[in-house]
Amino acid sequence: MSDLEAFRANTRAWLDANCPPEMREPMKGEKDICWGGRHFTFQNEAQKRWMEVMAERGWTVPDWPKKYGGGGLSPAESKILKEEMASLGCRPPLTSFGISMLGPALLKYGNEAQKKKYLTEIARGEIRWCQGYSEPGAGSDLAGLATKAEDKGDHYLVNGQKVWTSYADQADWIFCLVRTSTESKHGGISFLLFDMESEGVSTKPILLISGYSPFCETFFDDVKVPKDQLVHEENKGWDVAKYLLGHEREMISEMGLGGGAGSSTLGTALGGVDDPYLKAEIAAFDVDALAFAAMSERFIDQLKAGEAHPALPSMMKYAGTELNKKRHELVMAGGGSNALEWDSERSRGGKAARDWLRTKANSIEGGTSEVQLGIVAKHILRLPGA
Amino acid sequence: MTLTDDQRMLADTVAPFMADEGAISKQLRHWRDIGCKDGFGHGLWKQLAELGLTGIIVPEAQGGAGLGQVEANLVLEEIGRNLTPSPFLTTAVAAVRALEGSAQADRWFPGIVAGDTVAALAIDEGPHHAPAAVALEAKRSGNGFSLSGAKQFVVHGASADVILVAARTAGSAGETDGITLFAVPKDAAGMTVENVALTDASKAARLTFDGCAVDADAVVGEVDGGWAPLSRALNAGRAGAAAELVGVAAGSAEMTFDYLKQRKQFGRLIGEFQALQHRAAHLYGEIEIARAAALKAAQLLDAGDTKAELMVAVAKAKAGKVARLSVQEGVQMHGGIGMTDEHDIGFYMKRQAVLDELFGSPRFHSAEVARLSGY
Ligand SMILES: Cc1cc2nc3c(=O)[nH]c(=O)nc-3n(C[C@H](O)[C@H](O)[C@H](O)COP(=O)(O)OP(=O)(O)OC[C@H]3O[C@@H](n4cnc5c(N)ncnc54)[C@H](O)[C@@H]3O)c2cc1C
Ligand SMILES: Cc1cc2nc3c(=O)[nH]c(=O)nc-3n(C[C@H](O)[C@H](O)[C@H](O)COP(=O)(O)OP(=O)(O)OC[C@H]3O[C@@H](n4cnc5c(N)ncnc54)[C@H](O)[C@@H]3O)c2cc1C
Repeated sequence: MSDLEAFRANTRAWLDANCPPEMREPMKGEKDICWGGRHFTFQNEAQKRWMEVMAERGWTVPDWPKKYGGGGLSPAESKILKEEMASLGCRPPLTSFGISMLGPALLKYGNEAQKKKYLTEIARGEIRWCQGYSEPGAGSDLAGLATKAEDKGDHYLVNGQKVWTSYADQADWIFCLVRTSTESKHGGISFLLFDMESEGVSTKPILLISGYSPFCETFFDDVKVPKDQLVHEENKGWDVAKYLLGHEREMISEMGLGGGAGSSTLGTALGGVDDPYLKAEIAAFDVDALAFAAMSERFIDQLKAGEAHPALPSMMKYAGTELNKKRHELVMAGGGSNALEWDSERSRGGKAARDWLRTKANSIEGGTSEVQLGIVAKHILRLPGA
Repeated sequence: MTLTDDQRMLADTVAPFMADEGAISKQLRHWRDIGCKDGFGHGLWKQLAELGLTGIIVPEAQGGAGLGQVEANLVLEEIGRNLTPSPFLTTAVAAVRALEGSAQADRWFPGIVAGDTVAALAIDEGPHHAPAAVALEAKRSGNGFSLSGAKQFVVHGASADVILVAARTAGSAGETDGITLFAVPKDAAGMTVENVALTDASKAARLTFDGCAVDADAVVGEVDGGWAPLSRALNAGRAGAAAELVGVAAGSAEMTFDYLKQRKQFGRLIGEFQALQHRAAHLYGEIEIARAAALKAAQLLDAGDTKAELMVAVAKAKAGKVARLSVQEGVQMHGGIGMTDEHDIGFYMKRQAVLDELFGSPRFHSAEVARLSGY
């Protein structure tokens, strides 16, 4: 048996012995996602235990170095872990912006003390992060942001407003883009980390069309941020911001897999379709979805092998989110009037309709589809003037 | 899903060869303009043999390279990119898979490996791909069979030395049991060949069998069990056609993206217009996705995975859809020049149309995806 085969067998056995049966049921809704952090209320004991045993092994972040709480796995081993978790139906033990966005950025740009502290806390699910990028006047034109951070010797004084900050009201800390210089648009931005309980931080939830309100307006009024919470150098935050966005887009692109990682087609998930026109549409969609799943696998392998173009996450984000929107259009079509019920028990609280509405944000959050296409045109196709 | 060093080396050898020797001006346009009866050059077929490509999936024991679908697909993507006409897909890929392991393999493989032999597949009888619908009848007669019926869309049929004919020895049209595959030599009495030029200047024959007599040893595999070799040929042919379509899509897109960087209108390069940039970026992504699907299908085939057939259907359907988008955007973004015969972009559109239909259209394969997924 090769090393990898042995790793697979051991991993499977360990997962089988340690993943509680409740954590092998498909997730029923948002509440089943384990976010961790100071304010998180676990659904049940199993959810807590599953996060803890996985964190213990470093498997909440399997490919991070061991010294920062990771599992130290090679790309091939991480892939095997993912496959084995999928085949046993194990839920992700922990989902967080810390894992998918801030972590990779800190691994590249953080200093040793920052890595040691924040990465370890993220791996254990101890702090929950939110992303303070967008502002009322700076969305797609993110570098147009105005939130100001003044140098006050040992700390920065932060004033301004963010918007669309997902889970700001439930987060412990924020990674935030601030303006430290007005001399250059991109060259005057810095990347700060701070506690949401700092004096002067307030949040106000915004209700979404889906009826959920997972995001907020966030206000900063004379917030003091110690200087050692600056990541990378002052005025060089745009590099960190872009790198992090690449990871955010990589994560969002996985929506194209519809949660099933290509394991089953939409046609089978809907339990068959009678209407021949709808069936034809769904079959055509399944072709696109299975092809995207192959691309997704290839993309991850290319990323790990260092062969991916840095703008490829934009292409994947665009393709994956447009696909996910289409999937939910078809789920609604397949459900007919059943899918339109908003709060009945039969419809599990209008899950289909709410999910469908939520997916409309996929091509907006993390940079709109138009912005992704612009990035591909400019950086991959090198079209003029883009 | 990254390529191995050997696979990369193969691609790096084939790409410049095809761009040079297989170029549109040297092959496709040349053979079309002189009205060549084969639609391809035997010289190039021989050159491919010298590079070891005609025997790419022929087992090493039979003089081939013993490689797999992934490697064949690397060649096919370059063939597609340059629209290089050749019997590579039908002969070196599909027919070799049909023949492998049979006594007929010993007879035909040496010629294929040497680049002397061309093989064709006679499967479809109507204007749409429907391999299970085979109705052409093969009756036992003497110590052989007598074939009666008709076939169409037999690519390179009039140039082939041997034609693999799917016939019905039992059951009825629509059933996969009862089909028998025959290796019929080109000069078989009772077979009439009508050579038809297709839109893309390739040739596909219409064949008529009128009591055509074949020996019993012409049977490939088992009598009534032709679905097995036929399926092997179809899977390989479909996966290969998907890769060639990816090449067609990529070649057309590259030509178009170049044009966007050269053509000026309204005092600007047309590539500066966001309306075109976004469509170009979308097309780029779709081609990458189609390429991944084709690679996945090839890998699963080579691994003998049970999911291979599903992924082959996905790959053929996706590559067909994407190549269609690419050639349509290609002609459109070239403006008036794209409508001229003098410009090469139109050739991509014509080739796409033929390859899309060959071994099943995206509609056929979407239906396959539904069937194989049980809905
Ligand atoms: C559910 C959800 C969660 C989010 N979570 C967060 C979060 O946690 N933290 C955070 O900081 N932000 C978050 N965002 C904000 C998100 O990043 C922005 O909404 C997004 O970047 C778009 O900015 P905007 O809303 O200001 O739209 P605008 O930039 O005003 O865009 C409006 C329209 O114009 C188009 N457009 C703009 N510029 C161009 C151009 N150059 N070319 C072509 N078209 C263009 C856009 O594509 C869009 O269609 C979230 C958004 C949503 C919907
Ligand atoms: C069959 C045929 C018959 C014709 N007959 C006649 C005729 O009888 N008389 C005559 O005078 N002309 C005729 N034409 C010419 C025709 O009007 C032009 O081909 C057409 O106007 C496009 O111009 P172009 O070919 O120079 O393409 P270009 O202008 O170079 O366009 C190339 C591509 O760039 C795009 N593009 C250009 N500008 C922009 C922009 N601002 N924003 C976004 N996209 C842009 C175009 O849409 C196109 O996709 C004919 C053309 C054809 C194909």
